[in-house]
Amino acid sequence: MSVRADIHARFKLNYAGFALDVDLNLPSQGVTALFGPSGSGKSTLLRCIAGLERAAGSLTVKGEVWQDETHFLPTHQRPIGYVFQEANLFPHLSVKANLNYGFKRQPHRHDGFSLDEIVDLLGIAHLLDRKPERLSGGEKQRVAIARALAVNPRLLLMDEPLAALDLARKREILPFLERLHEALEMPVIYVTHAANEVARLADHLVVLNQGVVQSAGPLNETFSHAELPQQASDAGSAIIEARITGLQPQWHLALAGFEGGELWIRDLSFHVGQTVRFQVMARDVSLALTADHSSSIANVLPAVVDQISDGDHPGIAIVRLKIGKNYILSRLTQRSLYSLGLSVGDSVWAQIKSAAIVE
Amino acid sequence: MFSDGNWAAILLTVKLASIVTLLLLIISTPIAWWLAHTRCRLKSFFEALVALPIVLPPSVLGFYLLLLMGPQGVVGQITQALGIGTLPFTFAGLVVASVFYSLPFVVQPIQLAFENIGENYLEAAATLRASPLDRFFSVAMPLALPGFLTGSVLGFAHTVGEFGVVLMVGGNIPGVSRVVSVQIYDYVEALEYGQAHSLALTMLLFSFVILLLLYTFNPNRRTR
Repeated sequence: MSVRADIHARFKLNYAGFALDVDLNLPSQGVTALFGPSGSGKSTLLRCIAGLERAAGSLTVKGEVWQDETHFLPTHQRPIGYVFQEANLFPHLSVKANLNYGFKRQPHRHDGFSLDEIVDLLGIAHLLDRKPERLSGGEKQRVAIARALAVNPRLLLMDEPLAALDLARKREILPFLERLHEALEMPVIYVTHAANEVARLADHLVVLNQGVVQSAGPLNETFSHAELPQQASDAGSAIIEARITGLQPQWHLALAGFEGGELWIRDLSFHVGQTVRFQVMARDVSLALTADHSSSIANVLPAVVDQISDGDHPGIAIVRLKIGKNYILSRLTQRSLYSLGLSVGDSVWAQIKSAAIVE
Repeated sequence: MFSDGNWAAILLTVKLASIVTLLLLIISTPIAWWLAHTRCRLKSFFEALVALPIVLPPSVLGFYLLLLMGPQGVVGQITQALGIGTLPFTFAGLVVASVFYSLPFVVQPIQLAFENIGENYLEAAATLRASPLDRFFSVAMPLALPGFLTGSVLGFAHTVGEFGVVLMVGGNIPGVSRVVSVQIYDYVEALEYGQAHSLALTMLLFSFVILLLLYTFNPNRRTR
């Protein structure tokens, strides 16, 4: 995945007890997730990009200077769409009037989506005449996303759009976000602290911690960094994007091919050529020095040990493996690591017990 | 039911209160907006200044306004230089005095309404391409509407009820400054209790109905 750095952001901000200091190049395509624990500065960074927060620094988007030492483009002149954590729908306006608010203020009315397309994309046609107070949390957030799209933005900013919702509402909205991901050509910057949202939606990942960028890059590579807090735990995992290359209907299995190998996964009515994202849990990956095809594990791939780090328990090690251009993680005991005699650069066989489609 | 003199007083009172309320809405809106959004350290100072007429005896306010607007006062000098003459004992002077007197009753509800909106809706409007002025008229004003209603009703009612300031600044001139409250005072002085009653009772009912409407229909109170 090549990254064209068309968004360049450099911000410095000092509050009492909090400092933001970032220098980032972000791609102008796909979804970039700003990921980190609360207080890591990810929302503040997004607000700086929107011009809602005034930090020292500079911001250039696709060649346009939005902020530098002498200029500061106010929020209402930036071609952005912004989805807040709370939907912030105007309570005195109907859903339709909320959508129209931005639609009639957009500068170039003809080259974007029509309101009908947006309404259709988010499935809110039946809500148009309602007042926001009569919407559920999930409906509010869908309207808020539609409203942000109605201004025909060139950059869509989303600040934890699912954080205020319960699990059922999250499940209701995620498919719409995935549809957006497919339908939109504009870049999206998505703030979240939920690893599963990153796994499902992001193409590019920026990990923030205490106001500084810990790592940034394409999703598979960045997400599999063992330094990420959750990777040391039992929930550690890697995300691989693959294409369905074959099916075995009698076993209900599908073959998912990616750079460096292929894996059999459960067939969820896939068709050949379809792009899928699956998650490989670190605890489902064991290592062997020779290819052992006698066990029940069907997926055995050649890999190179890329990095070895400590798990969240003194008896546990996390091994990052490189398979082609992709990375996966393996969680094993320190004793196994010792008895295999593994060190960085060694070739091993990764036995993958199962790979689950991200959902 | 009312004599000609009483009708004149009622008409004058309504005219005064209407003009004052209209002026107050225009003057109070920017003051309330500034007070609601400023992080200036002088905020408390200006809030106290605006609130002064609530606690000040009307005679004190009237006295200083009289001095200011009189021939030797700063305002008086300016109005004289402009060829308007001096303001005390004129209807215009009464309007100016009443604006000061009723200012807090209009500023405070509007300020509170602006503060209750918070920044979220205004930020959302900014991300939807609305300029600051556009945001004010399309988001802040409609959301603060209950505050504007409360402010105008209170401003109107409070102006109708003023007495001390009128007496100090306006005197007791029929058609110019003899408003209902002054008229009642005159009747009592002359021991015409029947006439005093008809006006006083009207005022009592008017004030009660105004407050009743305010408490019944204020949308802020209903939704919270």
